[in-house]
Amino acid sequence: MTRRALAALPAHLTLAVFGLIFALPFWMVFVLASWPAREVLVFPPHLWFGNGLLENWQQLLARIPFARNYFNSFGIATLSTLGNIFFCTMAGYAFAKYRFKGRDFLYGFVIATMAVPGFLNLIPFYKMMVKFGWINTWLPLVVPGLAGAFGIFLMTQFLTNSIPDELLDAARIDGLTEFGILRRIIFPLAKPGLAVLGVVTFVGSWNNFTGPLVLLPKVESTTLPVALSALNSRVDNNLGALMLGNALTLLPLIIVFVFFSKRIIAGLTAGAVKQ
Amino acid sequence: MANPAARRQKIAPYVFIAPFFVLFLVFGLYPIGYSIWSSFFSMKLIGNAAPEFVGFRNYVNVLTVDPFFYQALLNTVILLFTGSLLQHFIALPLAILVNGRFVRGRELFKTAYFLPYITSTVSVVVIFGTLFDTNYGLVNWLIGLFSDGEKIRWLQEAPGIKAVLSVILNWKFVGFNMVVYLAGLQAIPTELYEAAEVDGATKLRQHLSITLPLLLPVIFFAVSLSIIGGMQIFEEPYILTGGYDNMGGDANSGLTAAYYLMFTAFKAYRLGKGSAIAWILFLVIIALNAVNRRVTRHLENR
Repeated sequence: MTRRALAALPAHLTLAVFGLIFALPFWMVFVLASWPAREVLVFPPHLWFGNGLLENWQQLLARIPFARNYFNSFGIATLSTLGNIFFCTMAGYAFAKYRFKGRDFLYGFVIATMAVPGFLNLIPFYKMMVKFGWINTWLPLVVPGLAGAFGIFLMTQFLTNSIPDELLDAARIDGLTEFGILRRIIFPLAKPGLAVLGVVTFVGSWNNFTGPLVLLPKVESTTLPVALSALNSRVDNNLGALMLGNALTLLPLIIVFVFFSKRIIAGLTAGAVKQ
Repeated sequence: MANPAARRQKIAPYVFIAPFFVLFLVFGLYPIGYSIWSSFFSMKLIGNAAPEFVGFRNYVNVLTVDPFFYQALLNTVILLFTGSLLQHFIALPLAILVNGRFVRGRELFKTAYFLPYITSTVSVVVIFGTLFDTNYGLVNWLIGLFSDGEKIRWLQEAPGIKAVLSVILNWKFVGFNMVVYLAGLQAIPTELYEAAEVDGATKLRQHLSITLPLLLPVIFFAVSLSIIGGMQIFEEPYILTGGYDNMGGDANSGLTAAYYLMFTAFKAYRLGKGSAIAWILFLVIIALNAVNRRVTRHLENR
């Protein structure tokens, strides 16, 4: 046992050093968020917390409509998540449990759309949103992605393996309608899959930058990442306030990740690992 | 088909998948078609000026006279190697280490390495900006402990900008690739290694003749994802170098192809030219993936 532990010591040390490298930037965000702006950049650099939290908070609120930005980020992410949970489960159920003409082709088509780079349609999409009058509203960031291809892929995989066909036949004999089966059987049984889909969708929406940068140019209408990036390049930037804003953007992600890390990792690598 | 229940069962799947296809038609396919069409016109993103048909002039312009496009493409390819592809040489050894027989806390390491992948780019870039600050950054402070040389101006000089972007990209995505490789490693039967050990093969020999060949499909797939993602890098350089106004900082060192595409469309408002850049970039990505496929096939047949 001791010899084994000794043999594995270099491996553990290397892994721990890499762990520190990955963790250091996170540590620094929270450390620097607690120092007032004039003391963020000092020599030698801070590695421990200061007492500028309150001042940074006031400076942050004075510079960007932080509460509005938080509300926008949260609202867009929540609506996207709810929509995907509903529409992707519905479509995933169809692909997983029905035999119908063109199924394999249509499923292949859904998968193929994931390979289309976003920049191909962004410019005309923007023009379209101007015509719709959707610029500076939540709609362009919620509606087009309500039934995301990745979510459909995830739910098709999940439902294929986790719902026995006999259960559905029995439900039909009992007189349940097709939508009734979806509502009464599929959704309750799909909960573990829905959790993965939900967390992954929420995180993706929360971190989305290019979308709101283009579609929500007004600072009151935009999301946290875009508001913070705008503050970052402003002349009256306050580094302490910026760090606090970043810390508050990261915090929900880190909390969610600590609780759901297994599910998030499984969900986000699903396409790559199951090849 | 007289039975209404049976008919409903036939129609139901089409109803269930309809939302995706309706949304894709309106918000995906139509804009893509419009993008092809508009790339042959001289037109503005805003205002109501009539589009003027120019044939292939946008494409010719981008490929022959535009001073920024090749620079941006070259920057992107350099960052593809130093940022997106280099990390595979870190991710695979890390995965092998984490997969080690006597390693404890596998899940903890996995979680710690994966966290950068799910964090918002703005926060990541801003914090790296302070870590690489010339006078007060942690990196120059650490370098200063070991040498008395002049301080490196990471964010003010062209090579420094690329270096910092490469560090950010490696840091952000290496955990994702590590997890992918770890899953691949766990699918390799341990008996193969035991047999090799009996034959007296060293650890390095085992990985070269067992791990690498068996992992080749996984490596191919992970590298494909890196190429597709790496060629679209926009957020990191955009935020690090301060937006459209700075065009990638000193000597346009951080100006990537996608950055230039966004600049052309949303700062210069040139819709037609922006669309042409988008399609050229798309073809470059397809070509690079074909190269990746070729190389993988060549290695498979060795």
